[in-house]
Amino acid sequence: MESNLSLAYLMLSAILFVIGGVGVLIRRNPLIMIMCVELMLNAVNLSFVTFGKMLNDISGQIIVFFVMVVAAAEVVIGLALIVAMARRRPGATADDLRTLRG
Amino acid sequence: MVGLVWLIPALPLAGFLLLVFFGKRIGEPRSGWIGTGAVALAFVTACLVFAGLWGEPEHTYELSLFEWIPAGNFNVDIGILLDPLSMTMALFITGIASLIHLYSIGYMHGDSRFPRFFTYLNLFVFSMLVLVLGNNMVLTFLGWEGVGACSYFLIAFWFEKEENASAGKKAFITNRVGDWGFMIAIFMTFFAFGTVTYTEFLPMAPGLAQTTATFIALMLFVGAIGKSAQIPLFIWLPDAMAGPTPVSALIHAATMVTAGVYLLVRVNPILAASASWIPWMIAIVGIATAFLAATIAMAQQDIKKVLAYSTVSQLGYMFLAIGVGGYTAAIFHMITHAFFKALLFLGAGSVIHGMHDEQDMRRMGALRKVMPVTAVTFIIGWLAIAGVPPFSGFWSKDDILAYALHKSPILYVIGLITALLTAFYMSRLVFRIFYGDARWGESVEGELANLKAHTAADVTESDDHADAPDDAHAGAGHGSVHPHESKWPMLVPLIVLAFFAAIAGFLNLPFTHNLEFLNNWLEPVVGENQANFDLGAFQLTFELVLSTTIALLGIFAAYMVYLKNKVDPRRIELPFFANGWYIDQSITKFMGGAGRKGFELIAMFDKVVIDGAVNGVGRATRGGAARLRSIENGYVRWYALMIGIGAVLLVAFAMTQVSF
Repeated sequence: MESNLSLAYLMLSAILFVIGGVGVLIRRNPLIMIMCVELMLNAVNLSFVTFGKMLNDISGQIIVFFVMVVAAAEVVIGLALIVAMARRRPGATADDLRTLRG
Repeated sequence: MVGLVWLIPALPLAGFLLLVFFGKRIGEPRSGWIGTGAVALAFVTACLVFAGLWGEPEHTYELSLFEWIPAGNFNVDIGILLDPLSMTMALFITGIASLIHLYSIGYMHGDSRFPRFFTYLNLFVFSMLVLVLGNNMVLTFLGWEGVGACSYFLIAFWFEKEENASAGKKAFITNRVGDWGFMIAIFMTFFAFGTVTYTEFLPMAPGLAQTTATFIALMLFVGAIGKSAQIPLFIWLPDAMAGPTPVSALIHAATMVTAGVYLLVRVNPILAASASWIPWMIAIVGIATAFLAATIAMAQQDIKKVLAYSTVSQLGYMFLAIGVGGYTAAIFHMITHAFFKALLFLGAGSVIHGMHDEQDMRRMGALRKVMPVTAVTFIIGWLAIAGVPPFSGFWSKDDILAYALHKSPILYVIGLITALLTAFYMSRLVFRIFYGDARWGESVEGELANLKAHTAADVTESDDHADAPDDAHAGAGHGSVHPHESKWPMLVPLIVLAFFAAIAGFLNLPFTHNLEFLNNWLEPVVGENQANFDLGAFQLTFELVLSTTIALLGIFAAYMVYLKNKVDPRRIELPFFANGWYIDQSITKFMGGAGRKGFELIAMFDKVVIDGAVNGVGRATRGGAARLRSIENGYVRWYALMIGIGAVLLVAFAMTQVSF
């Protein structure tokens, strides 16, 4: 039973990760893209916790804390960029930013 | 006192720096005096150092000023090696150079680039002193290139005329061939010994493998024949006469062209360690050059050309001396030659000056009456080079011939024949300039027409202008020339040089060992490798008498031909000789024809293979970049996809490596 439950969690994690990944790839709204990235991160978090439980190892959960901290920091930067972009060019999408390429 | 030696090159350098920055502002007479003063002071310093050098052990003193190129185990210092050889060179270079500087003040008077001339001259003297005083081959090479560059500047000094500029280029390019040999020799020396400092590697030379020594000697010889104008690289020296006459005297007679001789004497232990055909080759090239150049000199009409070929010929004697192991004889002849050839060139310059830039001997004659000082000094130089005792050339040439006889009678006989030719063509020069009828009075127009005819029909014909020179004085029209004696700055050097040309032979008299001052003085440098033999009193007398007879015979022959008109000069001045054995023409023809194709082939190779490789790399990079650039399209999602694919591939790769 125990392992079946873990498998379910892992399946959920994989589904969330794929949703997030596809979202990053197909959406153009930067806000949605950030949210999708967050979704991917949390999918990974979920798998970490699950593995930690399966292997009876606390380090899986510790890593999750690290990931959450990094994700928070990343969101701050990301949102700041999005706000700056929205102020300068309202309604711009991530694809419009390709003019920034070298 | 010997510690002052660094001042010897430093003074001309200071003169050069002063003149190069302020020469124009200093102006005409004063810049000349500064240049002369710098070199004269260097000469005084050299005398003081010479006095101090007597107190040093083995008369040798080495001074390292500072480190120049420290690179791993390759170390080159700016250092001075003062030994009897370099001291001798430094003394006569500074001595003759100061006289020629003084002369130039008179000769270059009124030239628009007067200060620049002295700038170059001082730079030349500095380079030449670096060449002879440097304690390692790299420093010698620095001086070697320096004198080459100055030679180029000064040959092409009047570059407004196309031919002067191209004469400079010819000298420079021909010298490059020799410089290449010298450079290879330096590399090989470092490869073989691990050092290029003379005092370090020369004592090791006897232990060197013979093939290595032979190769180094060969390459040094290539360097020497370039600088010292030997077959086959002598072609630049006659053309170098395009420069002002003091330059011809200083650079292309007395000092620079003897650098090759100096170099070979300096490395005599390497020559001694090389295969036995190396000295033979040097001797044969030397004697062949001496003979060839002497024959050409017989048929030249330009008085500077005669002296130029004569210089080539005398340098051939010095190479002969080196080849037969007479190193001191080579240096002895170098010194006496420096005196009498500088004297002859300066005398010729005085004549040219007095004749208003006329160089063709067919338009001279009887000048001894109007230019008495020039004539007397020139005649002393003539007797010296012709080998009439007791003038200096007699002793030094005879010294060389004695060594040549010791090696092989054939070399001796050709040497004697060349001596005969030397006496002949020099007498011809003197008789044509200072004796006979005055041909300079004739109208220039007629002469020019004549000259054109000559140049067209191979300059052989010697005009017989018997027609009344006195008319010219009477009808001194616009075309007539008034020769005049030169001013004192030009005459003083002539007189001093004439004095030394007369007595320099006493440096090395062959009669007893004690009288061979130069031999004994140079003993520490060349002693071990000098050919050693004792002439019996009979043989010595025989040789001296034979040489004297040969010299007088040559003079007598010239007297019969050019003053008594017993033989038509045209039968002697063959076009073959006048054109320098057609060597220049052959080279031109070869370079224009067969050689040209070869060079074009090489140029093709350069263009297709070398350039192709270089440009190919560039083109490949650019093409690849153009294709790669398309994936950097700026879409964030595209990058995300790439990252994702990359991650999947990495994981897939990791999974193939790990077995579960």
